[in-house]
Amino acid sequence: MPKPFDRLTATAAPIMRGNIDTDVIIRIERLVGNSIRGTLGKWAFGSLRYLPDGSENPEFILNREPYREAEILVTGPNFGCGSSREGAVWSLQERGIRAIIGSGFGDIFFANCFQNGILPVIVDKAVVDQLAADIEATQGAGKVSIDLEAQTIVSPSGARHSFEIDPRRREGLLKGLDEVALTLQRDDDIHAFQVSDRAARPWIHSTRTPASRTPA
Amino acid sequence: MPGRSLLEKIWGQHVIARLSEDTDLLHIDRHLLHDLGGSRGLLDLKSRGLKVHNPELTFATPDHALSTAPGRAGTSKIGLELLAALRVETSASGITLFDVDQPGQGIVHVIGPELGLSLPGATIVCGDSHTCTHGGLGALAFGIGSSELTHVLATQALIQRRPKTMRARFEGKLPLGVTAKDMILALIGHIGAAGGTGYAVEYAGSAIRALPIEGRLTICNLSIELGAKMGMVAPDEKTFEFLRGRPYAPQGEMWDLAVKAWRELPSDPDAVFDREVVIDVEKIIPQVTWGISPEHVVGVDGVIPDPNAVDDPLRRAAIETALEYMGLQGGAPIAGTPVDWVFIGSCTNSRLSDLRAAAEVARGRKVAAGVRAWVVPGSENVKREAVAEGLDKIFIDAGFEWREPGCSMCLAANGEVVAPGQRSVSTSNRNFVGRQGPRARTHLASPASAAASAIAGAIADVRMMGR
Repeated sequence: MPKPFDRLTATAAPIMRGNIDTDVIIRIERLVGNSIRGTLGKWAFGSLRYLPDGSENPEFILNREPYREAEILVTGPNFGCGSSREGAVWSLQERGIRAIIGSGFGDIFFANCFQNGILPVIVDKAVVDQLAADIEATQGAGKVSIDLEAQTIVSPSGARHSFEIDPRRREGLLKGLDEVALTLQRDDDIHAFQVSDRAARPWIHSTRTPASRTPA
Repeated sequence: MPGRSLLEKIWGQHVIARLSEDTDLLHIDRHLLHDLGGSRGLLDLKSRGLKVHNPELTFATPDHALSTAPGRAGTSKIGLELLAALRVETSASGITLFDVDQPGQGIVHVIGPELGLSLPGATIVCGDSHTCTHGGLGALAFGIGSSELTHVLATQALIQRRPKTMRARFEGKLPLGVTAKDMILALIGHIGAAGGTGYAVEYAGSAIRALPIEGRLTICNLSIELGAKMGMVAPDEKTFEFLRGRPYAPQGEMWDLAVKAWRELPSDPDAVFDREVVIDVEKIIPQVTWGISPEHVVGVDGVIPDPNAVDDPLRRAAIETALEYMGLQGGAPIAGTPVDWVFIGSCTNSRLSDLRAAAEVARGRKVAAGVRAWVVPGSENVKREAVAEGLDKIFIDAGFEWREPGCSMCLAANGEVVAPGQRSVSTSNRNFVGRQGPRARTHLASPASAAASAIAGAIADVRMMGR
């Protein structure tokens, strides 16, 4: 069940390169296995954070003070595109990230964030660029505030930006709702749908058929 | 009132409950599990004290973590653990598993259509972003994360926002040597890797209608590289012929009923789309990527972009980053770039027609010295059919390695990697940084182009190969 998210004031790190895919956020070999949760934080952005010899890349923003403590990322276009791996969100979360502000996100990554109590905020590219400039002007010392209830972001310069968010998803984050439990409350509806659908589209539901239908 | 699109029709048939103005609880008709996330989801469900809602609508196969070496030699300890867990947990839940060496096993997006599990008008999900592949049969299919996977196991339903709709019309007659892969790469190059974000894309037009089903599956497969998690092609007679007689396709009277319903699915002539794109396929030539996003693509007779010729500083920096990673010079021709590896496989291009196209180029020729070339069939059934036609022999005689079915080097989850700094021409779907292994350099291309590059030892224009 996701932790609730209401407001956050924290260090924010701009990572402005476009099209950062979920393979770059977390490599696949870190995700092979059923006991990976809790092991992923140190591997987030592995190929950017570490040099080929395994040492930290001093150039990468999350390896620099004060960005090392960042709980907010400000990102370039199409952040989180590519693979559906939810491990990308888990690795950021385990690294301490709680919100991501960008002009657009990969669709599946975006949905995965909400499932884990991470707030992805979509604002115009001009706002993202302004935030990044304001943060860099303070060398990262200026914090960014996000208020989900009020749907506002306050930049280190004091500039206030509002953002839109799907009301359902906003409520889910504010209350830390568990979607599985919510949907199971509608189980009667699901069963009723299946009964009428079985009449309308029987070929969808009759997958358990004679032995002759097992794969040839 | 305007007509309805394919997406709107399928969506409408699956709404269990409207949750808000733009969000619905949708019924899921087919849930496909694989070895990387399948047992994890089933264990997650168990830990919550829940049962699989509809095991008869859920199907599993191992593909990601298995070795594709002969005899599966070299599957990692963790890969074997995941396979064992998938067997135990699917069996305990009453879920059909298509296991190693059995007909039916294979890359999850190859076996769904092949077995007739994937059907027009069906909602299909899988914990894998390339689930959009199944849209080639006129299904509404999309990738989901681990949490949504657990949600579907528990409820056979999913909460989804209605996407915007885009129609991408490919018009004209496809030139010789140009394939479905080239069509979709050209579209990605045209509208960008985020061009489809937030949309469900319907591929239409005369060139789509002319494509065989396997080509349509390839087109839909790369929807996610366009940013769109859903891509689809309206079902037609070719779709029905493809599905007829497949193990899980309806039979007898039920087949007739199904086809009658499927004929109602195509978008109405007056359907309205939020965005329309038209591509003239007669202008497309074989495509190959040069960078680290599928949008970094050029015709094989083209040149690698020169960052110095780009004014926009962000775009220039992006090109420089990509060229540095790829070890390429801006302004140089892409053809002739020497390669170390060729990988023919993946959910994009590992079906029988893909292997035939590659074998046609490889027949009677030899892989260039210093190049390692793999052919990884998409499924056990594809492998057996290819062997029956003698394709394996053509590849082996030409110096390719013939492997067991699986995802293999597309994402390197099973340890099959391109070595650091080495260059691969791959028929897969992602040229991301490190995708095929740390610091591996990937060029995406069609099976015919990949085979031509293996023979030439460099990125090659298949149209120059004289067949």
